[in-house]
Amino acid sequence: MLSKLTTSARVAVRHGSAASAIRTHKIPGQRLPLAKYGGRHTVTALPGDGIGPEMIEHIRKIFSFCHVPVNFEEVQVSSSLVGVNDLEAALLAIERNGVAIKGNIETKHDDPSFKSRNVELRSRLDLYANILHCVTIPTVPSRHKDIDVVLIRENTEGEYSGLEHETVPGIVESIKIVTREKIERIARMAFEYATLNGRKKITAVHKANIQKLGDGLFLKVIRDMSEEYKNIKFESMIVDNASMQLVSRPQQFDVMVMPNLYGNIISNIACGLVGGPGLVSGMNIGSKYAVFETGTRNTGTSLAGKDLANPTAFIRASIDMLRYLDCHYHANLISDALWKTLVEQRVHTRDLGGQHSASDVVNCTLQNVEKIMEAER
Amino acid sequence: MLSRTWSSIARVGPQALAGSNVVSARQYSITAPRPLEIAQKLKVTIIPGDGVGPELIYCVQDIVKQTGIPLEFEEVFLSEVHYTRSSSIENAVESIGRNNHVALKGAIEESAVLHTEGELQGLNMRLRRSLDLFANLVHIKTIDGIKTRHGKKLDFVIVREQTEGEYSSLEHQLVPGVIECLKISTKPKCERIAKYAFDYATKTGRKKVTAVHKANIMKLGDGLFLRTCEEVAKQYPKIQFESMIIDNTCMQLVSKPEQFDVMVMPNLYGNIIDNLAAGLVGGAGVVPGQSVGRDFVIFEPGSRHSFQEAMGRSIANPTAMILCAANMLNHLHLDDWGNALRKSVNDVIEEGKVRTRDLGGYATTIQFADAVIDKFRI
Repeated sequence: MLSKLTTSARVAVRHGSAASAIRTHKIPGQRLPLAKYGGRHTVTALPGDGIGPEMIEHIRKIFSFCHVPVNFEEVQVSSSLVGVNDLEAALLAIERNGVAIKGNIETKHDDPSFKSRNVELRSRLDLYANILHCVTIPTVPSRHKDIDVVLIRENTEGEYSGLEHETVPGIVESIKIVTREKIERIARMAFEYATLNGRKKITAVHKANIQKLGDGLFLKVIRDMSEEYKNIKFESMIVDNASMQLVSRPQQFDVMVMPNLYGNIISNIACGLVGGPGLVSGMNIGSKYAVFETGTRNTGTSLAGKDLANPTAFIRASIDMLRYLDCHYHANLISDALWKTLVEQRVHTRDLGGQHSASDVVNCTLQNVEKIMEAER
Repeated sequence: MLSRTWSSIARVGPQALAGSNVVSARQYSITAPRPLEIAQKLKVTIIPGDGVGPELIYCVQDIVKQTGIPLEFEEVFLSEVHYTRSSSIENAVESIGRNNHVALKGAIEESAVLHTEGELQGLNMRLRRSLDLFANLVHIKTIDGIKTRHGKKLDFVIVREQTEGEYSSLEHQLVPGVIECLKISTKPKCERIAKYAFDYATKTGRKKVTAVHKANIMKLGDGLFLRTCEEVAKQYPKIQFESMIIDNTCMQLVSKPEQFDVMVMPNLYGNIIDNLAAGLVGGAGVVPGQSVGRDFVIFEPGSRHSFQEAMGRSIANPTAMILCAANMLNHLHLDDWGNALRKSVNDVIEEGKVRTRDLGGYATTIQFADAVIDKFRI
């Protein structure tokens, strides 16, 4: 009970008002927009597979209604197309515009020659940090209350290096690579993020008791860096324990920093805790480029075309993008309108136990935008 | 209507009704997907300028008022000839920043009198510098109903760098009778103008970018520009890139202008080509343009002449300014309004009943604007 109170007090103090609980945090780093003309940004939109295309349509609708100064350059990438030309085109488009919003691209599991296009995109653009902000939304049914945790995941190396081979039949080697340089920059990102947003604690998740060298290096680098940030408490936790703690007492976490694979698992747990894949957005930040997508990367193919999929995660991804582009007014506007829709008006899609369609959520958010704008005048 | 309301109440889920705020759930009803309208009027800055500028701008304001286009205006007066009444550059910048980063502007006459000692930059240059409007974009498009010499349909865009090169305002007299004018070219500025041209081509679905230069003579200065364009072109595999020397470009423009799509060039060449090309499709009165920076955009006629002789006579052709306003609406994502305005102007000209003097008629600026208002349908 005590911990619950303190957490909610912490949330309230940090954010000022309840509606801003889901507002995207400030993103560290200096950014120079690559394709901004006359005050309007150009952003690459990759609709992807499944529900992606309809979600991009929702975002377009919201953006034009709110006069968001963003134009989209749409590039189609999907796993169904043969050849790599479309992926090259998408990469060039992101390199030109600097920023992309993306639906997930389906990966074929069975074909070893087919590299995941999502992974390819991340490694080619060097999007080293995957950042998720998992926060409970009061009216959304979840087992725990007052979760407010930021998950920062290394996105380019570790188990995802794509180095696997069969030495002799029946023996497969997968190589996990960690480098000091890459750990340093993810750690720097985590500490800067925490400092910028007034966070108090960073938890490093690892398995250094077994992988003494690989994860040991990860732990050592972050621990060393924590010396520079006196105001932020540092602790470490082994990944299996972290999973257990997360489902039993998630309120204890503030900012978590993780290597690639653990990050993947932990972020799915955290997303599940706060209400499922339809709610949480994820940012992929590199030194030059950034790609915004949903937190758990599912295509939702079974829901496509039925107007059922929860658009919240995608709307929040677009808000993350606006924050990154320094369009703070519009980011807060849409975020608060969305909060109103979800919390005050309880317009919930089926995944949250409601009866509403995706376009209901979008239309309702637009009405709230209008109300907020009117109130401001 | 009634059934709509009922179904929406029914659709508020059982979970919401069971909750504490049943009343608010009932009060709230979801409407049918609404048309894409806008939440409020948008404000823009207007800078009337000198000569016929004010007449043209007021003509646009009149059209906006009569047709219900959702725009509001804030006027900033800038002038070099009437310098005592002129507002400051800082004021103008602040106003544009406040009003959606957008302005509609008439031409500002360059005064031959130097008000500030040693100031070689004109008001236009200073405004451009302080807003960092590095690109000037002029859209050359034939309008049905305007007779041209070549009789061909033209539709191309001229992108001009307008912050460096010959316009650096660095001129000095070394010894009496010997003057040096410095033309400055820098890699970052070449890069951003080239990128702008290609980004514009991508956005508007154009196929080809032509870089105009004189690198055969100015091997370093224009050479840098040309090489940078070539480099940037590699990022845009879907757009064809070619280069052309400025003198040849002029000849090609008057003999085979239909070959061009997007042209990108340094400052002075751009100035000349802008005016040459405007002449191809009907003159200064019909060609819209815009000056673009990273954060700001100013919409102004493509060839920037104040037309002092016609001041107060209501004979100037407002087409360019009205098309600028239409482009501004498109920029603000008010596409329906922008397209409707553009169509009504084209309709008036195509019909040919109301023509200003430059197009061989006797109509006044105001009569032309009235004709546009009559034709406006949305």
